[in-house]
Amino acid sequence: MAELSDQLMAFTVLAYLAAMVCYAAEYAFGNRSHIGRAATRQLVGAGAPAEAVEPEPEPAPPRDRGALLGKIGVGLTWLAFALHLGTVVTRGIAAHRMPWGNMYEFILAVTLVGSAVWLGVLTRKPAVRHLGLFAALALVVLLGAAGLIAYTPVSPLVPALNSYWYVIHVSTIILASGILLIGAVPAAMFLVRTGYDAGKRSFPYTLGAKVPPAEMLERLTFRLHAFAFPLFTFGALIAGPLWAEASWGRYWGWDPKEVWAFISWVVYAAYLHARATPSVKRTTATWIALVGFVTMLMNLFGVNLFFEGLHSYANAGGM
Amino acid sequence: MTAVDQRPAPAAEPPPRRPNRAWALLRNSWRQLTSMRTALVLLFLLAVAAIPGSVLPQRAVNAENVAGYFRDHPDLAPVLDRLGGFDVYASPWFASIYLLLFTSLVGCVVPRLLDHARALRTVPPDAPRRLERLPQHAAAEPRPGDPAAVAAAIKAALRGRRFRTVVRERPDGTWTVSAEKGFLKETGNLLFHFALLAVLIGVGFGHWYGWHGNRLLLEGTDVGFCNSLAQYDESSLGPRLGPADLPFFCLRLTDFHATYQSNGQPKTFGADADVQTEQDGPWRPVAFTVNHPLRLSQANVHLLGHGYAPILRFTDRFGQQQTRTVPFLPRDQMLTSEGVVQFPDVNIDPKTGKRDEDLQVAFEGVYLPTVDPAGGATSIFPAEREPALFLTAYRGNLGVDAGLPGSVYALDRGQLANGELKQVSGQRPQRLTVGQSWTLDDGTKLEFLGTRQFATLAVRYDPTQPLVLGGAVLGLLGLMLSLSGHRRRVWFRVTPPAGPEAGGGGSLVEAGGLPRTDYPGFREEFEQVVAAARDERTP
Ligand code: HEM
Repeated sequence: MAELSDQLMAFTVLAYLAAMVCYAAEYAFGNRSHIGRAATRQLVGAGAPAEAVEPEPEPAPPRDRGALLGKIGVGLTWLAFALHLGTVVTRGIAAHRMPWGNMYEFILAVTLVGSAVWLGVLTRKPAVRHLGLFAALALVVLLGAAGLIAYTPVSPLVPALNSYWYVIHVSTIILASGILLIGAVPAAMFLVRTGYDAGKRSFPYTLGAKVPPAEMLERLTFRLHAFAFPLFTFGALIAGPLWAEASWGRYWGWDPKEVWAFISWVVYAAYLHARATPSVKRTTATWIALVGFVTMLMNLFGVNLFFEGLHSYANAGGM
Repeated sequence: MTAVDQRPAPAAEPPPRRPNRAWALLRNSWRQLTSMRTALVLLFLLAVAAIPGSVLPQRAVNAENVAGYFRDHPDLAPVLDRLGGFDVYASPWFASIYLLLFTSLVGCVVPRLLDHARALRTVPPDAPRRLERLPQHAAAEPRPGDPAAVAAAIKAALRGRRFRTVVRERPDGTWTVSAEKGFLKETGNLLFHFALLAVLIGVGFGHWYGWHGNRLLLEGTDVGFCNSLAQYDESSLGPRLGPADLPFFCLRLTDFHATYQSNGQPKTFGADADVQTEQDGPWRPVAFTVNHPLRLSQANVHLLGHGYAPILRFTDRFGQQQTRTVPFLPRDQMLTSEGVVQFPDVNIDPKTGKRDEDLQVAFEGVYLPTVDPAGGATSIFPAEREPALFLTAYRGNLGVDAGLPGSVYALDRGQLANGELKQVSGQRPQRLTVGQSWTLDDGTKLEFLGTRQFATLAVRYDPTQPLVLGGAVLGLLGLMLSLSGHRRRVWFRVTPPAGPEAGGGGSLVEAGGLPRTDYPGFREEFEQVVAAARDERTP
């Protein structure tokens, strides 16, 4: 079972890579106006005056190679997701426990959630497909990092992790992190797109030519973050301290992982604040969301690899 | 102030007075402080200020590491220390950021609470003249029933959807229905911010009224401890507590058990103990493990770690015997453990009854629960499969009663350096297995009788934990309401038909909707509301 999981992991990364190639090809050959229209239609549904809602008949472009490639990309993403799910499930079966007992498994689970959220968004709003390149890129990079620097052979839990809080605390943080991971994609592309719309034509703003309209990206960013923030609050600031109290005797002890969870929480709170403050520009708010994501990465990689703390599942390799 | 203030003002403008300017400055600063931009900046500062605490070792987390940092960076460490670098979360600058933030929070949410209370009591405003200008609009449709009855039906439909509604009649025979919903958003938002305050207050009081102690406890019914500061290896009391405030209990560890995987990774830990919670009361058996502390009234006992304590018997030059059980502290996952056993009161000449300071004895070394057959210096398994002690003997002045309390886990290096304490065994440490004895050069003898296990315990109490938890849960609830709610208004105008249909009864119904916060799904809801109002039968 453990070997099967490892093999599935390799295929998962390959499938995401293939999806990425298709998205990139669509990007290169894609028919700009078609995507633009689809995006506008989506946006209109979201709150523009009622008169404009009438869906215009879809003039299917006769031979749109780009769109076909994009659809193949979506199909491959589904395939990759299925393989990814298989990787995580077989890992859990091999270890006889929930598959998030160390850093390797944690990243596998976070990216699985990210992938699921991405597919969910894509199903509800096909117009965001052009973000697929960047979503797949994020997944490939993180999975690659998991395999290269954090791989750990299957092993049972250390006693400190043997608790139902392990299920509650870690799973909610995984859910929140996966959503925030995917939330960072429209956030970054929103910044690119606003730069492009403002006339900037240097890299990376050139990428903005074919992504959905800025307003739509911004709203998607907010929706994802607003959904993930309470989950993260519960997982990191309620369930975590409850477990810490039972296990270590104090609910909060400024262990490095706790410090960085606190920092992420404060930064994401600042994002929601900034977005609700009329005098703060949406681009500024979105930058804050990206800073929040960087702090999450810092907690995942920086703290696990460089700092010594009580969180035993934070160990990369070994143990 | 006084009657003077109440005199009618002189006709001429009074010259601006200085106190006014100070007052204006104060008021402006307060306004600045309680603005959302300031809150934003302070939130950022808080996040940045928290970073050093994860980079530098913290005294409250691990004092050993701080000492290590001082050793490795003798120049930098004192400077950082003066800046509070090793106590970041207790430092004045960290405190000033969060206290400013919370002042800002109070200044911000109290007025909002008042506003919100007022908003909850006011009725939704009347419909705007031109409903078609609103973001959502449903064109006028005829329906049977006179306007009053239709308006009542619409009101019932809106009430059913939990809108706050008001029906108004206009002089021209038009009826309007105003409805508003989504106050829970602001309620939730205020709940969230007040809950943050509750959490901060709870944390603060917990610091004042909480206490903790750490204790290493040997297994065995003959050894135990009772809850008092003197019994702890390390402890701290909140500033508002005295030693007499600690609750009474006594505890003895009857059995500690651990199981391991074949690779030595621990599988389970468990402690069985007897506890006495009243003076001279009965002892009652209890069990606790890593994630399940022993919860007593006003004290929780947490199991943090464990190890082995070798039992050693020393026979001195005069045939006198002393037995010691000394905890050796684990230094790796396989429980390679280090320690020292000191015998300061040996070799006392029975004739004089005087202790000879230069004939004190100590043994220092490591204990391996499972010796490496290949001869490695560390244990290869944490359970006692092939246990052995590796000791070096010292004789001389231990320096133990020089006034300074030395460590019980290491020899006084100063005494070794100045030659008052000398190594009296060979270059290689002596290996001892259970039951073996070792005769030193002067005929004295050390016997290794066996080991006992010990557990390291943390005993803690924080009286405000329920408040902090309650605050956090309410805060989460408020947050979810705040983030998922939408404030919106809907208006219906019911007019008696004009023109050809006039006089035939019936009404024309027009509707408009206004989302007052960013609300992408408003169009769907508006359409549903209009449909529900249409389908509601007139009474
Ligand atoms: C103690 C630190 C604070 C934290 C962690 C915090 C967190 C948050 C969060 C997460 C939200 C988002 C909820 C939403 O969008 O509906 C929010 C909203 C809000 N906060 Fe704070 N806040 C803090 C302090 C403050 C302060 C000091 C003020 C006033 C200056 C303030 C005023 C507001 C307002 C007015 C909103 C509502 C925005 C809206 O209309 O949606 N907050 N806060």
